[in-house]
Amino acid sequence: MKEVRIWDGPSARSGPPEPELTRRSFLRTGAAAVGGMAALAAALSPLRELALDQAPSMDQFLQKHYKEMTAAEMEAALDRIRKKVEERYDVRPHLRDIKPMEGVEFVYALNLSRCIGCRKCVHACVAENNQSRSPEIQYIRVIEMPRGTLDVEKGDHHYDRPTVPDAAHFYMPVQCHQCANPPCVKVCPVEATWQEPDGVTVIDYDWCIGCRYCEAACPYWARRFNFAQPKLPKEQLNPNMSYLSNRPREKGVMEKCHFCLHRTREGRMPACVEICPTGARKFGNVLDPKSEVSQILKTKRVFVLKEEVGTLPRFFYYFDERYPNSIDPEALAIAQKLREEEGDRYGQLPGAAGPDRAMIAATQPQWWDGRQA
Amino acid sequence: MVGRETGVKTYLTFLWRCFRLSFVGDYRYYAWMFFLTVFILLGVNAYCKQLVQGLATTGMTDQVSWGFFIANFTFLVGMAAAAVMLVIPVYIFRNRELHDLVIFGELFAVAAIVMAMLFVTVDLGRPDRFHHLLLRFNFPVSMLTWDVLVLNGYLLLNLHICGYLVYCAYRKRAPSRLFYIPFVFVAIFWAISIHTVTAFLYSGLGGRPFWNSAVVAPRFLASAFAAGPAFLILTLSVVKRFAGLDVPDKAFLTLRSVVAVALTINMFLLGSEAFTEFYTDSAHVASARYLFLGLHGRSGLVPWIWTAISLNTIALVMLYTPLSRRIGALQVACALLIAGIWIEKGMGMIVPAFVPTPLGEIVEYSPTLNETLVTLGIWAGGLLLYTILVRVTVPVLAGRLTYDQTFAAATGEVTAVGDRSVK
Repeated sequence: MKEVRIWDGPSARSGPPEPELTRRSFLRTGAAAVGGMAALAAALSPLRELALDQAPSMDQFLQKHYKEMTAAEMEAALDRIRKKVEERYDVRPHLRDIKPMEGVEFVYALNLSRCIGCRKCVHACVAENNQSRSPEIQYIRVIEMPRGTLDVEKGDHHYDRPTVPDAAHFYMPVQCHQCANPPCVKVCPVEATWQEPDGVTVIDYDWCIGCRYCEAACPYWARRFNFAQPKLPKEQLNPNMSYLSNRPREKGVMEKCHFCLHRTREGRMPACVEICPTGARKFGNVLDPKSEVSQILKTKRVFVLKEEVGTLPRFFYYFDERYPNSIDPEALAIAQKLREEEGDRYGQLPGAAGPDRAMIAATQPQWWDGRQA
Repeated sequence: MVGRETGVKTYLTFLWRCFRLSFVGDYRYYAWMFFLTVFILLGVNAYCKQLVQGLATTGMTDQVSWGFFIANFTFLVGMAAAAVMLVIPVYIFRNRELHDLVIFGELFAVAAIVMAMLFVTVDLGRPDRFHHLLLRFNFPVSMLTWDVLVLNGYLLLNLHICGYLVYCAYRKRAPSRLFYIPFVFVAIFWAISIHTVTAFLYSGLGGRPFWNSAVVAPRFLASAFAAGPAFLILTLSVVKRFAGLDVPDKAFLTLRSVVAVALTINMFLLGSEAFTEFYTDSAHVASARYLFLGLHGRSGLVPWIWTAISLNTIALVMLYTPLSRRIGALQVACALLIAGIWIEKGMGMIVPAFVPTPLGEIVEYSPTLNETLVTLGIWAGGLLLYTILVRVTVPVLAGRLTYDQTFAAATGEVTAVGDRSVK
């Protein structure tokens, strides 16, 4: 077969040059151009669905990084957010930018002998911090661990028992460990996340570009991404909020536990500490030698999870040495009382086995197709 | 006539002619471009849906937070770096056969980098905040900022080298060595750096034991230096056949040796990694076990990795036997190993690091239709760009489109061949 050259033959074949523009070629080019534009318009048509209140306003587009804003600029940003919250949720939020306190470094301690695995902390956190309810984003993951190991891979994230605690297991809640050497901060390309002087690693939700590198870097799986526009029913909004903590987020940005800094920087306890029925959770200022956490660090044999990754967590675990082989009897008695008052599944709201099922369902195409309709 | 024109005007005329030239070809050229355009538009459509609905349109979750997009990004950075496997023989070892072909490698690097950047962009949750990179750039701490720098730098280097050489041919000037040789040598080191930095993105994370290995960067380079030249073998044979470019058989055989050696090293490194993981058998082995054998009854990636290993093994055997001295068999071997390495680097390198999660949970990942369409759209866009670059470069370098000819004179034969002689 003769070799056919589609583009240029090596030997110039002299023929009459094509006229620049004939009627026929004009029509042909015109038809192709019109067809192309129509196809492009059709391809772009989903953009019509882009909700106007989700598109960034000019003020938001030009808003500076948290650390670069002057007091007046911050006030303007807060005002913009207040208006938006009011538009969406019909509530005027008590929104402010709360700075860290001098001489405070927050530390968390968790008594594994007292945790009964009721997951009340998980849900109190969601209610406090205005996470998306559908798909539900949770900052705390409680793992049911077999005795004799601290290897999380042997644990069960989706335990779903009529009653907890189970005698053969202990329960290990994990959330952001607020590391002193945080890999998530290191990897962020735009400095949208950083460690505050009081030890809390925070995110500027208006600065995050959503690359999820921090999520890949975290050894404790503490970071969450808004894969879809968060859905939060109006009546469930917590109006007490701050810029760096629980104000409502947009789709496409990261979020995580921030030690409830809108509470703790004003002298209150985090929601998870407050709700814990057994007092397994302890929180406070490690720079104050008389604080409870300072006493625990001094007197208990505390440890951190995955010490070998070297991130220096501010989140400590310990077992009560008095009860090496069982959950603290006092905690068991509290569990018994809860069972009597609230029924078997106390604290375990429907679908409480973790956000994954909702999340996975949410990421299937039929979910967003259905939402469009 | 031309002497009185300003340089800028001549250059703008050149660009305009290149643009017009990209619309000229015969029915097969149009069919190919139409085919690519269909996929580009499907990809644009899918991406618009993603913009509206968020990344929930992908198969990614908080557990497996990077997927197809980042896998393809990684693969393409390697393909871009692989241009250096043509540059080194020519500029350092003075290989004659490859001399006129280097530019096609460099042009492919341009297209591959553009695709890689598009993949990162579509992976962003907030592409509308892209400018934040310019305002607060976490350099040198974040490896991602290194990647932004080296990828853009590599793109500029290759655009300059190719653009300069092509434009010199258009102006019928001999290129001044000072204006491109230094850039060629910088580009050699730069090519290594882009893939090294991309590997460091992953290997620097202590929380992901599967990536936290010093062998990741060498493995990335080896697999790139196999897949890249293999892809060039395929494209050069297409260009030879359809555009009449003179590609000597010795050039293919030189590239064949490069591919064979690189693939051998890649498979050796994969074996070293597997040995270290499985013989040690520590807690770190979980991801590797999930990838190769399945973990706790979940084995979503097992067929992928064994397909990749099989494809690479068959390709390796073919490359080392005289069989692949025939161009047809060589093309088959190249196609197999490109597929093999694409799987190994994507589904076999990016995804398993997320399974199990750092807290031991197993959630599997597979791409959704929408995600796949975006991916195909970017690939189609990159191939379209590469086709145009080659389509313009071939006649200019052959001296058939120069500044002192009319455009019609340069394309007259093209339309003549395209429209009439194919019957």
